[in-house]
Amino acid sequence: MTTASPAAKERSFTDSIKDAGLAALVALVLASAIMGLRTTSLPGVGGLVVVPDLPLVVGAVLVVFVGRLLLDLFVWRKIIRIPVGDKWYRRPGGRPLAHHAQRLGIMFGPALLVFAVILPFLPVSDRYVMDLSILVLTYVMLGWGLNIVVGLAGLLDLGYVAFYAVGAYSYALLAHYFDLGFWVCLPLAGILAAFWGVILGFPVLRLRGDYLAIVTLAFGEIIRIVLLNWYTFTNGPDGISGIPRPSFFGLEFERGEHGFAGFFGLDYSPMHRIIFLYYLILLLALLTNFVTIRLRRLPVGRAWEALREDEIACRSLGINTTNTKLTAFATGAMFAGFAGSFFATRQGFISPESFTFIESALILAIVVLGGLGSQIGVVIAAVVMIGGLEILRELNFLKVIFGDNFDPTSYRMLIFGLAMVVIMVWRPRGLISTRQPTIALGGRKPISGEYVGEGQG
Amino acid sequence: MSAAAATQGAKETAGSSAEAPWANDPVLTVDHLTMRFGGLVAIDDLSFRVGRRDITAIIGPNGAGKTTVFNCATGFYKPTEGMLTLRQSGGASFLLERLPDFRISARAKVARTFQNIRLFGGMTVLENLMVAQHNPLMLASYFTLGGVLGLSHFRRAEREGVELARYWLERIRLVDRADDPAADLPYGAQRRLEIARAMCTKPELLCLDEPAAGLNPRETAELNELLRFIRDEHDTSVLLIEHDMSVVMEISDHVIVLDYGKKIADGTPDVVQNDPAVIAAYLGVEDEEVDEVEHEVEAIAKGPADA
Amino acid sequence: MEYFVQQLINGLTLGSIYGLIAIGYTMVYGIIGMINFAHGDIFMIGSFIALIFIILLGVTAGSSFLLLLFALLLVLVIAMALTATYGWTVERLAYRPLRTSFRLAPLITAIGMSIVLQNYVQVVQGARVKPLQPLISGNFTIMEKVTPEGNFLVNLSYIQILIVVTTFILMAAFSLIIAKTSLGRSQRACEQDRKMASLIGVNVDRTISLTFVMGAALAAVAGMMYLLYYGVIDFYIGFVAGVKAFTAAVLGGIGSLPGAMLGGLLIGLIETFWSAYFSIEYKDVAAFSILAIVLIFLPSGILGKPEVEKV
Ligand SMILES: Nc1ncnc2c1ncn2[C@@H]1O[C@H](COP(=O)(O)OP(=O)(O)OP(=O)(O)O)[C@@H](O)[C@H]1O
Ligand SMILES: [Mg+2]
Repeated sequence: MTTASPAAKERSFTDSIKDAGLAALVALVLASAIMGLRTTSLPGVGGLVVVPDLPLVVGAVLVVFVGRLLLDLFVWRKIIRIPVGDKWYRRPGGRPLAHHAQRLGIMFGPALLVFAVILPFLPVSDRYVMDLSILVLTYVMLGWGLNIVVGLAGLLDLGYVAFYAVGAYSYALLAHYFDLGFWVCLPLAGILAAFWGVILGFPVLRLRGDYLAIVTLAFGEIIRIVLLNWYTFTNGPDGISGIPRPSFFGLEFERGEHGFAGFFGLDYSPMHRIIFLYYLILLLALLTNFVTIRLRRLPVGRAWEALREDEIACRSLGINTTNTKLTAFATGAMFAGFAGSFFATRQGFISPESFTFIESALILAIVVLGGLGSQIGVVIAAVVMIGGLEILRELNFLKVIFGDNFDPTSYRMLIFGLAMVVIMVWRPRGLISTRQPTIALGGRKPISGEYVGEGQG
Repeated sequence: MSAAAATQGAKETAGSSAEAPWANDPVLTVDHLTMRFGGLVAIDDLSFRVGRRDITAIIGPNGAGKTTVFNCATGFYKPTEGMLTLRQSGGASFLLERLPDFRISARAKVARTFQNIRLFGGMTVLENLMVAQHNPLMLASYFTLGGVLGLSHFRRAEREGVELARYWLERIRLVDRADDPAADLPYGAQRRLEIARAMCTKPELLCLDEPAAGLNPRETAELNELLRFIRDEHDTSVLLIEHDMSVVMEISDHVIVLDYGKKIADGTPDVVQNDPAVIAAYLGVEDEEVDEVEHEVEAIAKGPADA
Repeated sequence: MEYFVQQLINGLTLGSIYGLIAIGYTMVYGIIGMINFAHGDIFMIGSFIALIFIILLGVTAGSSFLLLLFALLLVLVIAMALTATYGWTVERLAYRPLRTSFRLAPLITAIGMSIVLQNYVQVVQGARVKPLQPLISGNFTIMEKVTPEGNFLVNLSYIQILIVVTTFILMAAFSLIIAKTSLGRSQRACEQDRKMASLIGVNVDRTISLTFVMGAALAAVAGMMYLLYYGVIDFYIGFVAGVKAFTAAVLGGIGSLPGAMLGGLLIGLIETFWSAYFSIEYKDVAAFSILAIVLIFLPSGILGKPEVEKV
């Protein structure tokens, strides 16, 4: 490498080879047990037998060796290495995208909005694209909601999906038992979720840090288990089906004169409902965004951020920290509730399976990968993660490499998990780590993520 | 002087201060305050008065319990025993040991700074000062509802808040850094900002924990001036902890000396300065031994040079 | 009464397994202050490795006692060593680069690693549950109650004895390591102040790595015990057991070794008794609710040091 810094030259090629060799050795140890020895049940033999799989181990070791060597030679060399004692420390990569973010924030946001608004009318937008966009937007909305709790108030919530579930079940059950329509249930679902946020938050919000994390995780699990087992009320694991679809100001999306298409003199098309759902979630997401931006500039939003920076200082300034945390928790929960009822009406069917811990983890990952507190970061992260997950469904082309036995679907989550690790190591502060001030005397200058606290709660 | 005599001395000064100016209309009255942490008695039956519109200094060696007094007065610790009464100039009075910490700031109007600076580092200087006005602004935004709807009432209140912030920024000469993150300021400016932030809550009593620590002489002089300004122009009583005797002697009207949680002297700076008990406490030995210790210190200082 | 004693025995057994896993959470939390979300999956890896080598060695319940003992010990050592390598690798890849970063980043990589490990095992070993013929059968009958419907026996099986005894031996051994050896001293130093520890010559990276190695080795023991006790495993057992063990660690006071053990036993008992007397569906709800209630009154868990908020 000609561009390598003088320090980097001190590592010779043999060092890299040695390094890769060590990595390969570790890979050999790791692979030998789980990859190299497969337990399967053979027909005719009772119990399990162990089948060795040498090629897989050799392949894995080779991949690690070559991968590590290439990384060492071409990627890590470029990063300034700081010698500490006789060891080399890699400077944590990922300079904040500060400048880009600032420019991005100004032009990118509106551009994205325009794109989102015209998307259904673009020629590429078939049923698949619209469904995917709806999914992405749902996660954008959830990410924005959780951003209030984690990004602004600095409270680590690992059970956010519970409020999503409360919203979804509120609508489904209200519609089922009281025959209420979507538009009545939407606010009710939000209120109920916020109410649960307060009920659950009140006793636990004085816990700090990871204690709060585990209790929120526990609440998420509790709600899921109750939904799963309270058969008479929630129909248990079978879920609730036949959830009414939303209407367009009273017009149903159905065939005939009284349907949406008939009323406007259009030909009936199932896409109408999809497009309507798309705009609905876009509107809900934008509402979340709008309210969050507004709240940040109000005393309550500033108190959230101050709480994240220093709780003790907040108390010395007369801020009721319990109430402030509760409002953050409840506001975040409310948006999850809205998103939940949208989810219910879109699917027409819900079951506890949709509200597992992995969903909470996914939403949290979107918020952290996007950059805590950054609205546009959440959008990018949601597109990358949810879009990526969908694209990973289409891995059939890999059959060319791995042969016909290759089953792409099972590799999907594996790759997804790896990507999560890699992105996080690459950008520990998230894609956009700067913070925009909420008020200024002169011009607003973005604040580098290094200064921004991460909260204790 | 023996320990018994030291307490005796403290009682005398305390007795003579019964007619002292700060006893007439005290803003803060501390009676028989005791704070124990397990077996450790951090404050032991401490009583004193803080005069209205005075600058009162609490001094004492490290670990004397000064910060603990602040923590009791601002609600961060609940005292084991004792009573802290705050009387506002309007006549209202509050028993501080019964109020939760945030109410002490919000209702009783006691503001404080911290020995280890506690700014909102990732927020701008201006935002720090706006957070300090949380309670009035919250009311003005009708607890957020009005604010979300963008009512003009709130916008006016916010403008006034910014003006107040600007006023204090001018005072502490930080207007041109208003939009920088607080964590980015130099140390001295952070100390000043913390004082300004406390002042934005419009306190009756301002408690400052070692405001001059880490300041250079010029900054210290500015600090003195700022504190006098706060006392004279804002009718705010100041209670400060300080190790820098130049600050204490120059600006305070009243000095209280603590040692091992007990009050060993209480009076005007001149009186306290010459109190033998205070001198003994600061040097950590009894009077007769002072010379001895000095010799020892000299010997040690010479030691390495010889070797 | 007899029923109660039986549940007590079962609860203690389950609790020992949770406790062994919980120690891994607590040690890592103590030293670098992060929730190692992948730890439950390390436990799962441990039980898979144990399964593989038990099958490889071909021991069955019919093997002679000495052979069985020897084989199981061998499997235990192999499982501990290989699982420890997994623990080490996870730390090296996903946590060390983020050591100086802010605290949510390693949490996300930990969740990512958990997903990776689960799906890795699923891809390679298959998604089906893996059964194992019981290797150690037999029990003591310690109580008997004659009822009209038949006799109710209170059994203490050999495997239960094995689990509880192993747990307590390991617990004692690891407490000794932490209290007496220089590794333990380095660990405690890193716990107090990592920067200072490195300044006075503690090899922080190595200490942290060894902590992960120790935690993973204990998780491997737990994994093997789980396998022998229940006789079925799958790639998903790590999540459930991990969440429970983490709950146990927090309940006992995270960062405290005896706390982790106590928390594990409590969670095991709560779960078992709730299933026995109330409803098996809500056993997790009971465990989580008790966690929340305990934390409301003891915000740092049962044996955790209360956090002093020095201002
Ligand atoms: N939360 C606490 N828990 C236990 N002990 C405490 C606590 N807070 C203070 N102490 C102890 O009380 C004593 C007095 O402490 P304090 O901080 O009030 O001293 P100080 O006079 O402010 O000293 P310095 O000049 O060093 O700031 C010390 O021995 C300290 O260790
Ligand atoms: Mg102090």
